[in-house]
Amino acid sequence: MELPQTVPFLDWRWDDLIFLVLAGTMLGSALLVVVGRDIIRSGLFMVLAFGALAGLYALMGATLVAAAQVLVYLGAISVLILFAIMLTQSKAGPVRLVFHSQAWAAAIAAIVIGGLLIASVLLTSWPLAAAEPIVQTARDVAALMFGDYVLAFEVISVLLLAAVVGGIFLARRDDIPDPSDPATRIEDGSASRVTGTPGVLGGPARPAEKP
Amino acid sequence: MSQSLDAYLLLACGLFAIGTFGFLARRNAIAMLMSVEIMLNAVNLAIVAFGMFIPALAGAGQVIALFVMAVAAAEATVGLAIVIAIYRNRRTPLVDEYASMRE
Repeated sequence: MELPQTVPFLDWRWDDLIFLVLAGTMLGSALLVVVGRDIIRSGLFMVLAFGALAGLYALMGATLVAAAQVLVYLGAISVLILFAIMLTQSKAGPVRLVFHSQAWAAAIAAIVIGGLLIASVLLTSWPLAAAEPIVQTARDVAALMFGDYVLAFEVISVLLLAAVVGGIFLARRDDIPDPSDPATRIEDGSASRVTGTPGVLGGPARPAEKP
Repeated sequence: MSQSLDAYLLLACGLFAIGTFGFLARRNAIAMLMSVEIMLNAVNLAIVAFGMFIPALAGAGQVIALFVMAVAAAEATVGLAIVIAIYRNRRTPLVDEYASMRE
């Protein structure tokens, strides 16, 4: 079936309609992330906002970035944030105050920043900009990434390794006694925390408790 | 109309302003991190838009956007680990109750 050249009854191009729908979805769900009372719903609306953004990338023609957005943000970061939400939900019920008491100042600051950015975009004429997006295939992007930007690529991989090690180090519990460690295995159990070696892997030194 | 550099840049500006408000106003540390992610996404949208519409940049915008995504993933990992480590001591994710850090 052949689609008509423009949207029926509206006389818009299909691109414009898709752009408006995706942009409205993204801005609306981002707003709901920020002002929503229930933090789990905030997390789920964040998934929707990132999905709409992936659609915008695809509409622009940046297919590789769209795929990476789905993989990294929808697949990894959203799951990580939802896990963190579940780990830090307090049993005491929903929090009464979502915002700080100075939220009005934050609103003014955000409106001023947004207004400045929008004004600077509208007042600048971009003389080099093309009227239509320029098609770049994934092959072009890959050639650039592993050609001109290969040093940055390697640095990024080291950074990710450092982040993984740092995340494990920060989030691990160090109060679980290790039965194979002779320093923490004491017969009467009274002096076990005093003689415990501070941090087996060079972790933070535990304060020695008085028995 | 919509397929122009201005449209995408205005969208990025709006998204960045929303993220700014969330980062400054929310009490929950994880909501603050989500707002940071929204701001990073707004910047990424602007970078990709520049890369797609300006011929001199041919493809560099997408490469830089992929790097920003990797850095954002690293930031989310370490940030959430810090939030969970603080939550384990303080039993609350609300940043305005971490008052002992400023003493």
